[in-house]
This record gives sequence, structure tokens and C-alpha cells, in this order.
Amino acid sequence: MLAAFDFGVIGRNLPYLWEGMQLSLLLTGLSAFGSIVLGTILALMRLSGIKLFQWIGAVWVNFFRSLPLLLVIFWFYFLVPVVVQQQVDAFQSALIGFVLFEAAYYCEIMRSGILSISRGQAWAGYALGLRYSQTMRYIVLPQAFRNMLPILLTQTIILFQDTSLVFVVGLADFMTSAVNVAQRDSRLIELYVFAAFVYLVMCYFGSLYVKHLQQKMHR
Amino acid sequence: MNYNWNWAILIEVPYFDWLVSGLGWTLLVSALGWIIAFSLGSLIGVIRTLPSKPLRLFGMAYVELFRNVPLLVQMFIWFYVLPELVGEDLGRWMKRDMPFPEATSAILCLGTYTASRVAEQVRAGIESIPRGQSMAGYAMGLTTKQVYRYLLIPVGYRIIVPPMTSEFLTIFKNSSLALTIGVAEVLYQARQIENYTFQGFEAFTAATLIYLVITMIVVFITDRVEAKARIPGYGVQGKT
Repeated sequence: MLAAFDFGVIGRNLPYLWEGMQLSLLLTGLSAFGSIVLGTILALMRLSGIKLFQWIGAVWVNFFRSLPLLLVIFWFYFLVPVVVQQQVDAFQSALIGFVLFEAAYYCEIMRSGILSISRGQAWAGYALGLRYSQTMRYIVLPQAFRNMLPILLTQTIILFQDTSLVFVVGLADFMTSAVNVAQRDSRLIELYVFAAFVYLVMCYFGSLYVKHLQQKMHR
Repeated sequence: MNYNWNWAILIEVPYFDWLVSGLGWTLLVSALGWIIAFSLGSLIGVIRTLPSKPLRLFGMAYVELFRNVPLLVQMFIWFYVLPELVGEDLGRWMKRDMPFPEATSAILCLGTYTASRVAEQVRAGIESIPRGQSMAGYAMGLTTKQVYRYLLIPVGYRIIVPPMTSEFLTIFKNSSLALTIGVAEVLYQARQIENYTFQGFEAFTAATLIYLVITMIVVFITDRVEAKARIPGYGVQGKT
């Protein structure tokens, strides 16, 4: 077995693996977008003066951060079809799970981003006669996003790695495609090493870009 | 939503025992993995702050390698790929005679992965100590070893107690990935109950409660440890 590595198996299955990678990237993109929006709303709730909103935000964050992502994926894979009473695509249920789960993490990033903007900025907005929603939209949130961009991107790289977990519900992302080829052609070593290499290169260069961004911002 | 509720299933034989044994495996895998993560992570974290350039480079390579590959891929590599790569005799032993091959692979995988995260915390802790302190140590005639032994490590570790507890919770949650290579931990058992009885709602609720309760217990204990470990006057860690 040792002598018989055949990395040609990767070349032969490249189109199939690429399809999987496209699904991984699509899932990452949609989940990141959804959970950043939801996370920002949760962060605003946690920072609002309204006790009930604060409580909902805090419970949401602490609840999802206590659970393994794998459990959340199983929950929604099982739960969504029961609730909506029809067959649901695994992609949709995974996407819902990712958005609700990752929102808890993005919420904490956005919360510290909003807290990093000095209070005077919001007061200046109010003094100019802006409403709360306008102050947030035009003054506080744009600056908070800018400050937090590197951390948001780092979390998105983690999210990209996490999407490999959809393997457990059989959704054909990059990881699942690699496993499928590995098992069909009995080429476990080649495929798993290749998968590790691809993730390593993508995430490493992603994190280098984040570092570059951070240095640019601190200048 | 038509669904046949049957909460009693959770305390029926054998499903209750399945959950209990699942919890046992989860705790065992997390705890043993944490021992590896803590010791290896401390070593690599310290290495990353040493004056020696090759050692620092090695530490950095370790962290980047383990941090940039999804844990699931690492799990498969430990379990499926490594026995093929370590030579025939050791490989055969790993596949046939190694006790609990799945759990052992999972523990090694979680331990080495979490070590890369622990290393980053240790490094951050040591680097957060003002330079003047280690300079003062050297000025007093301490060797590098003594500076670490009496100054940087005792202070650094007290600073990083809060992030370390969250790393422990991370390894506890990540231990659920062991089910992909067949370790019968909590989530594996919950799924098994769903497959046998179609009572997925009850089974996953049970798993959720188990994770929530353990997290709460760990947070309760570590809050007290954090209060004890806090260095007076060293910033406002953990509070905003």
C-alpha cells in the first residue's frame, strides 16, 4: 500500500472536487453574510437600553456558544423538515443552522466593535438631530465594521473550515466530495492529504491577508 | 407539526445507559485531550517567545499547520492516514492492537489541535508582560531559564486563566467530532437513539441539555478560579 501512491486520482476527479469546493464557498459566503447581519442585530439588542432585548441577546449568545456546531447541524437537519412539513434540501437546513450558530460569535465581535467607537460620536449624531437608527447606520456601524474587519474575516476563515462539518449530513461540499472519491477509489491517503493541503493553503493565505490588513490599518 | 412525543424514551432501557456511557466518553476524550493540549501547547507557546530563531520558526509552523486545517480533516488523517504512513509494523499495531483505536486517535487529534490554540494564548500571555520585567530579571543576573521559571511563566499563566477556560470548553465541544471516526460519545448516542426510535427531538434535546449543564458547571468553577488567579492591578480581564 505504501509503495502505491497514486496522486493521479486527484487530477481525474478534479472537476467533481471543484464542484464541492464551489458549494463550500457558497455556503461560507451565504452563512457569513446572514450571520453578520443577524449578529449585528443581536449586538445592537445587547447594547440597547431595553432589558428584554438585552436578555434575548445574552441568552442567544450564551446558548449557542455552549453547544458544539455539530449538534446544531444535526438539530436543524432533523428539525427543519419536521417544522415546515416537507422535504428540505440539506443545504437549506445547514445554512439556517450556520447562520443562527455563527451569529452568536459575530455578535460578540460586533459588540466590541460598537463599544470601541467613542460615545461622543453617537452624542454628536444625536446633537445633529439624527434618530437612533440614523446614528447607528451612518456613524457608529460603518466605523465599527471598519475596526472589526480583520476579526470578522478571521471568524469567516473559521466558518469556512467549519463548513466541512456538513459532511455528517452528507451535503456534497469539498470535504464530502473528497471523502466520496476516497472511499469509491480506495484512495484515502491521497484524498485526505490533498484535502488538508487545499484547506491549509486557502486558510493560510486568508490569514496572511488579514495580517496585512491589520498592519495597513494600524499605520 | 405532527410528531409523536415520548419523553419517557430517554429514561428507558437501554437508551438512558447509552447517554450515560456517551457522556463518559465525551468527558474522557476531552480530559485526556486537554492534558496533551495544555502540556504541548505550553511548550510551543513558550518556544514561540524564546530568543532562538529556529525554535520560534518551528513553533510558528506548528501553530499555522494545525490552525489552518479543519479539525474534521485532521481527525480523518489521524485515524485513516497516519497508520499507513508510520511504517508497516507500527501501522499494523495502530490498526490491530492499539487499545481503543478510535478514541486514542480522537484524543491525539483533539490534543494536538487544541495545543495550537493553547500555544497562542500562552504566547499572548507572556508577551503581555512588560519588557521591563524580564529586563529587570536579566539585570539581576538571572539566566533565560530562570527568567521564565520565576517570572514570565508564573505571571503569564495567571494572566491567561480566562482564555484558557474557554479553550477547555472548546475542546469539550470539539470532542463531538470524534463521532465521525466512531467514538460513541454523547452526540453519537443521541443520533443512535434517533435512528432506533425516531424520537430525534427528545434525543437531541437530551444532548443539548447535557452540553449546556456541563458548560454551566465548568463556567461556575472557573469563575472562582479566575477570581483567585487574577493579579491585582493587571488590567480588567474578563470584564467590560
